[in-house]
Amino acid sequence: MSGLLILEQSLNGLQFGLMLFLLAAGLTLVFGVMDMINLAHGSLYMVGAFLAAWLVRLTGSFVLGVVGAVILTGLFGMALEAGLLRTLYARDHLSQVLATFALILILNDGVKMLFGNDLPLSAPDALAGPVELLPGLPYPAYRLLILGVGVALAFLLYLLVQRTRMGALVRAGASNREMATAMGVDVKRLFTFVFGIGAALCAVAGALLGPLLAVQVGMGENILITAFVVVVIGGIGSIRGALIGAILVGAIDTLGRTLLQHLFREFLPPQWASAAGPAVASVAVYVFMAVVLAVKPQGLFPARS
Amino acid sequence: MLLASTARARPGMAHAALALLAVALLALPWFLPLLGLEFYLSLASRILVYAIAATSLNLVLGYGGLVSFGHAAFFGLGAYVTGIMISEGIQSGSAHLLATIGVTAVAALLIGAISLRTRGVYFIMITLAFAQTLFYLANSVKGYGGDEGLTIRVRSLFVLGNTVVDLKNPQVFYYVALGVLAASLFALRRFVPSRFGRAMLAVRDDDIRAEAIGFPTYRYKLIVFIVAGIFGGIAGGLSVNLQGYVSPNVLHWTQSGTLMVMVILGGVATIWGGFAGAAVLLLLQEILASWTQHPEFWTGWVLLAVVLFARRGLVGLFASRASPPIK
Repeated sequence: MSGLLILEQSLNGLQFGLMLFLLAAGLTLVFGVMDMINLAHGSLYMVGAFLAAWLVRLTGSFVLGVVGAVILTGLFGMALEAGLLRTLYARDHLSQVLATFALILILNDGVKMLFGNDLPLSAPDALAGPVELLPGLPYPAYRLLILGVGVALAFLLYLLVQRTRMGALVRAGASNREMATAMGVDVKRLFTFVFGIGAALCAVAGALLGPLLAVQVGMGENILITAFVVVVIGGIGSIRGALIGAILVGAIDTLGRTLLQHLFREFLPPQWASAAGPAVASVAVYVFMAVVLAVKPQGLFPARS
Repeated sequence: MLLASTARARPGMAHAALALLAVALLALPWFLPLLGLEFYLSLASRILVYAIAATSLNLVLGYGGLVSFGHAAFFGLGAYVTGIMISEGIQSGSAHLLATIGVTAVAALLIGAISLRTRGVYFIMITLAFAQTLFYLANSVKGYGGDEGLTIRVRSLFVLGNTVVDLKNPQVFYYVALGVLAASLFALRRFVPSRFGRAMLAVRDDDIRAEAIGFPTYRYKLIVFIVAGIFGGIAGGLSVNLQGYVSPNVLHWTQSGTLMVMVILGGVATIWGGFAGAAVLLLLQEILASWTQHPEFWTGWVLLAVVLFARRGLVGLFASRASPPIK
């Protein structure tokens, strides 16, 4: 196991972490400000990926396809919020679970009706090759693009939340919704917009991860739970917490997968090592969450005052 | 009180309806073949299995007020215990039952002891995390099928004196599952108005007040969590006997979600909620599957309609008096 391998895997971990952050950002705000459990957040990730794959084929341009998918998913998210989710904010968690679980069923089958079970989506040809980052460390150019977009969006979102009037209103809502409303903030209208941004970020993650993973029905279900874990670790309602949590979870998951496998290979039979690595890495994320909650029950960066 | 308002409102009618339901359920294996519908016996059995699991979840969720998002852990453990024992050549049903009870009780004790220290959203997430952990473990245990699952050729065999009860026989399975469901419904019916049951409801509605009165709230919640885990495990053991197959999917979070949906659909904190929810959801999927290629799409719309228009679940539609919704 060399230093270069660790470096490469760290970059992969950071890249996965940034994509997780794009998913967790919207989730943590809906969860934190509106106290709403939205199981269908992963479905927006799927919708974004399918729209991107469809539009890339239609327009022949990766950039146009992805941008179009992000805009369309954002609009779809706003329509969903205004049409349905808004009525659920005042309901109990169980009703929210039932309604958003129903949404998963509808969106999964709806996407299947429109696009089929899966769609091909590949990285643009210009980015298909590797880039030599360091002597002896070739790294896929496409993954670098994901890293760049992830860092840029994380920075933009930080500016939006920390430095703008809208961001201040969102933070006020996350800290104490009743008080913010009493001070004259129209939290509801604000939230349609916030939800749209969250949905658009889901689409970015879905479209960018599409070529690496697979654009298929049900792709949102597994990553949704990981995004929830990120939200809980970071502190419900905190964008900063979501960023730190996502990078930690991305690192644990990716490094765990590869490094543990190498470690296990030293003293376990190979067929066991290849199976135990991913399992232990997946479990490690949950163990990490349990440890964080044991030490800081409100997560790393509690948003509520 | 909200407990027995459904049944107590008009005891005569409720008893008649119950007797009718019992007769219909008992006679089902006879008249399905008469109508040429014997294929539907396995669907009926599946409904019973899920009804047991959903009823056990309703005990925690409805009467305990604990939103457990990891009930699939116990269902899956029960299924794997029986599946693994059979694949190791142990066919005795009583051994399966004892092992399932033992394993799920210990698992529920451990999971509950940790999870019950948290509350609200955190409880939801911790129970979910435990179930997902088991899901990934089941995926990695290649010796017992890994992600491909485990197929069993024989079924649990109960030897009671001279009688042999083989769950491989569809009729026998149906009656065993019906018996377990009836027992769990009866137990729930007795539990709710009991001293322990009333104390549990007090804990659910306001656990600080209940603690101040002197109830050991943590212990009560833990006991309810363990009992529900054991019944969930028994349902899982039955499910592997019905399907002849168990895969990590029984531990996936969507399985926990489906069980929750059944409970909410049927009616949270109602005796019949779990049964009604399981029956309606599975029948709905079966009926929709026969006339559309996309049954889940339409199931989703029906569930949405229930959330928006039948706020207390299906059982709530027939309840005569309004009872306060569960937090």
